[in-house]
This record gives sequence, C-alpha cells and structure tokens, in this order.
Amino acid sequence: MATASAAFSAQTRSRPILPGFGLSLGFTLFYLSAIVLIPLAALLLRPWSLGWSGFRAVIEAPRVQAALELSFGSAAIAAAINGIFGLIVAWTLVRYRFPFKRLIDALVDLPFALPTAVAGIALSTLYAPKGWLGAPLAALGIKAAYTPLGVVIALTFIGLPFVVRTLEPVLSDLGLEAEEAAATLGASRAQTFLRVVLPALAPALITGTALAFARAVGEYGSVIFIAGNLPMVSEIAPLLIVIKLEQYDYAGAAAIGVVMLAASFAIVLALNAFQAFLERRR
Amino acid sequence: MKLITLAGAAVLSVATGAQAASQTLLNVSYDPTRELYRQVNAAFAAQWKAKTGDDLTINQSHGGSGAQSRAVIDGLEADVVTLALAYDINAIAEKAKLLPTDWQKRLPEASTPYTSTIVFLVRKGNPRHIHDWADLVKPGVQVITPNPKTSGGARWSYLAAWAYAEKKPGGSKAAARDYVKQLYAHVPVLDAGARGSTNTFAQRGIGDVLLDWENEARLALKEAGGDQYEVVYPSVSILAEPPVALVDANADKHGTRKVAEAYLQFLYTKEAQDIEARNFYRPRDPQVAAAHAADFPKIPLYTLSEVFGDWQKAQATHFADGGVFDQIYQPGK
Repeated sequence: MATASAAFSAQTRSRPILPGFGLSLGFTLFYLSAIVLIPLAALLLRPWSLGWSGFRAVIEAPRVQAALELSFGSAAIAAAINGIFGLIVAWTLVRYRFPFKRLIDALVDLPFALPTAVAGIALSTLYAPKGWLGAPLAALGIKAAYTPLGVVIALTFIGLPFVVRTLEPVLSDLGLEAEEAAATLGASRAQTFLRVVLPALAPALITGTALAFARAVGEYGSVIFIAGNLPMVSEIAPLLIVIKLEQYDYAGAAAIGVVMLAASFAIVLALNAFQAFLERRR
Repeated sequence: MKLITLAGAAVLSVATGAQAASQTLLNVSYDPTRELYRQVNAAFAAQWKAKTGDDLTINQSHGGSGAQSRAVIDGLEADVVTLALAYDINAIAEKAKLLPTDWQKRLPEASTPYTSTIVFLVRKGNPRHIHDWADLVKPGVQVITPNPKTSGGARWSYLAAWAYAEKKPGGSKAAARDYVKQLYAHVPVLDAGARGSTNTFAQRGIGDVLLDWENEARLALKEAGGDQYEVVYPSVSILAEPPVALVDANADKHGTRKVAEAYLQFLYTKEAQDIEARNFYRPRDPQVAAAHAADFPKIPLYTLSEVFGDWQKAQATHFADGGVFDQIYQPGK
C-alpha cells in the first residue's frame, strides 16, 4: 500500500512512465465499482427496510452482541498471535538456509489453498476431546474444540499466510547492512532489533496483521465446525447471519453484515493511518 | 429453461438418472432423503417410460430444509419440493407465491406420503442407560442435536422433547420450558444441520446420545454394521411429517405439471411406499405398513397439531427471534 501511494505521487509529480493515466484511472474506478462498491451498496441498502429502531433492535439483541464480541475478539487475538509468530516464521524463512526450506515455505500457503470447510473439519477432528491434540489438552484440563478457544485456533490457522507473505519481501529487501552498522556502533542485539529492524518492518507487519484480522472477522467455513456454535458462548457473527437467512430474515442478516463491514473498515482504516504515521516518522 | 434447471442441478453437483431425457424434473429435497429418492426416482422413471414412452430425468438437490426452501424462493427452479417440514413449503408459498397457500390440501394425508419420528442413537451397550427423555438430562450426559433454528430435523427433536414434558403426567407448559432448557444445557455442540451432528457424534465421538430422525438413525445403524450404535425408542415421541408439493409456477413454466403431479402421486402407491419403508420412512399405506410392522416399533406419537396447533404458531412461539429457544440461552431467564 505504501509503495503504491509512493509510486502514484511520483507519477503525478514528474512525467508518467506509463501512458494512459486517464484510461487506467477510469478502468480502476469502474472495476472497483462493479466488483466492490455495487455489492456493498446493495448490502447497505437492505437493512433500512427495518427502520432505524428495527436496525438497532437487531444489533442490540444480546445474542448478536455476544456473537459480534466473539468474532471481533477472537479475530483480534488470532491476528496478534499471527503478528508475533508470523514474524518469526518469515524471519526464519528469509534469513536462514536449511534443508527442505522450499517445502516449508510452500506449507505457509496451505491455509490459502485449502477449502475452508476441509480445514475446519480437520481442525475439529484434531482438537476434539478424543483427537490427537485434543486428548492431551483435555488431560491438562483445556477444552479446545467447541469453545471460543477453538474459534481462535481456526482463525489463527487461516490468518498465518497473510502476515508471512507480507513480511517476506520486506525482510529480504532489508539486508544485513543496517544491522551490522548498528552492531559496530555498539548496539546490543535487543537494541538492534527494537530500533533498527522493527521500525523498518512495522508497516508491513501492520498491513499483514490487518489483512489477517479482516479475513478472520468474516471467516465462516473453517470456524463453524470447531466452534460448537452455542448461542451466547461460541456462536460467531457470520453464523448468526446464516441463521437469520434461514429464517427468511434478510434485513436482519444484512443489518449484522453492515455492522461487521463498518467495524472492519474502521479498524483497517485506523491501522492504515497508523502505518502512514510510522512511514512519515521514519 | 431446462438448461437453467440442469445448470442449477449441476452447480449443486447432484444429478442422477439417464441421459438424453425428453423431460426433466428437479426435486428439491432435504438432507437425509438422498438414498430414498435415488430409488424412488429410478422406479418412477421406469414406470413413466412404460406408460408414456418418454424418457424422464429426475434431478435431486439436497441440503438443510430451510436452506433449500430459501434457494427455491431465490430462484432455484424446483418442479417439486419434498422438505422436512410444512413451514418451509409455506414460506415458498407466502414469500415467493410459487404455489397456492392451501397446497397441503391437494394431496392425501396433508401432502405427507411418509412420516418419521425422533429417536435416540446411543453408543453400543448403552453405557449411560439412556431409555427415555428424562435420562437425557441426568448429570454428565451429553446430547448431540443440531440447531433448531437452522435444521428441520432438530426442530422436530425440540418439539418431541417439549411434547414429552408437557404431556407427561403432571406436565405443563412451564415444566416443558424447564425441561427443554435443561436439555439444551446438556448439548455441547450445536451443528447447523443433521449431517453435521451425525458427524460430530459418529466421527468425532462426542456425546452420549444423538437425537435423530428415525430414518437417519436406522440408516446409521445399518451402515455401521450394528456393532457401534444402538437405536433407543423413547416412551413417546412426535409424528414427524415431511411434506411434498408441486411448485406450480415452475412446473407450468417448464411444462412439467403433468409428470410432476404423477411423480408426487406415485409416492403414495404401494410400490413407492415399499421403497420408503425399506429406507426406514414410516409408510402411510396400511398394507405396506403391516408388512413392515416389525421394522417400526409402535410408540405413542404426538402430532404437531395436538400439542402446538400448527407450524406458524410453533415457529412464532419457539424458533423465531426472541422465541423460547432464544430465551433459554439468555442468562438469568
């Protein structure tokens, strides 16, 4: 995102390298409208058949509130986990050479490629009280599948590639020189990481985490199998949308959809603003 | 139009029957009827060919009853619908006006050629000693049933549990509400549909008892070879009535009204009733029922109208937003 805006401003200031700015901007606007804006507008228009009070009644129902809290809360936790461990994975894959590196690198993409329902069924089989991972966890007194923890597990699984794949190119561009310079100037390892490496990675890390978060908020297929789906406990907001549709309550379903869309958009926008702030400070 | 129907069926990736059909029917049905209609369709197509000389292809589409009904409302061009409960066909009549609202009067037995009920599937040897509804709420027992808001079968299960608690000696509506609340406190996973619950119970080994359609439970028992599960018949249950209907607007558009009507009437014939009984659906025909009497234990079955009036009332009271099912999950209520 940062590179795109930089390229854009560079193009407008000097003579554009690629011709046809008007044509490509026109195409971009048309394409975005057809693919993104028109479906979203249809979604935004739907709940108003309920009126403002009906809309609020849907959103303020305790069950809807609980589902929204679960969806956004577990997506945030999963994104945070992916932010930390995704950084470690990306670091390892870029900085070290080891056997089967390409294979391990390819593994990172699997959550992208796997149909989400397959992932969900595999995860719930693994983490069920009698599953390979669920049984030892149950022995420790931890219930994973069919609890909110199960939701976090599924969302962490599907979010990992977003962080790793956004960080990798930035990490390989970073080079070792800056770190070596910091070391010769007497910085400790921690100082080098916190003051040299992390600031350079922060924008990409934030973008990756935001993408993982946005994907996790709306995730349905991989979650419903492992969540348990108990109202007020482990029922995610997208499932509640499906339940409302099954009850022919299209407007109520759209109302929840609008709230999720608005909240996700606000969060991603805030993260982008924060990222821009970091860019400017650098 | 035929092309679109075929495309629709292909998208759902469920198509059976012979090629090069001169006529095509789309039967939109609910989840457990796959095996049943595969056999019924073959029998009817053969009979139709013998009678008229026309080749007939019957495409099937299966899914959760509510989702299927919504698909028809949103434009899936079903010639006939065979769903889990009348409420879902009422929705098609009311919201999309594709068939008259009095559709249930058009065929015998309130348009329900076969019935079923709700039974318990337990693990072999019945280690938890589950014999009746009261045993489901004993300490430590885990009950598997789908979410009644999304699953037709689960709605019948919920209503069966309610009917038991309301109609037992000393029972009342308040007692029934209490019992249902206790029952769902014993449910660790609410899957969206019946097949999901069967997987949770069978594949993942969760729970001590699965509340299920009689036909699904018996099919599971047959496929597992009888050494993993047992079917337990409670002292009372509910008469589950999955109805069938012609979707007039679609059939007229496709010019299939005659064959579609014959298809639905065929479901009441002795030949079809026998297929239904062999797939563990309770036949309506007294002679076929008598021939299969050993397969279907006689337990008292409450009807929906005895206990709940009709589907519109049951839906509004129990399953609509803010209804009893929502209330029992609200803390402090």
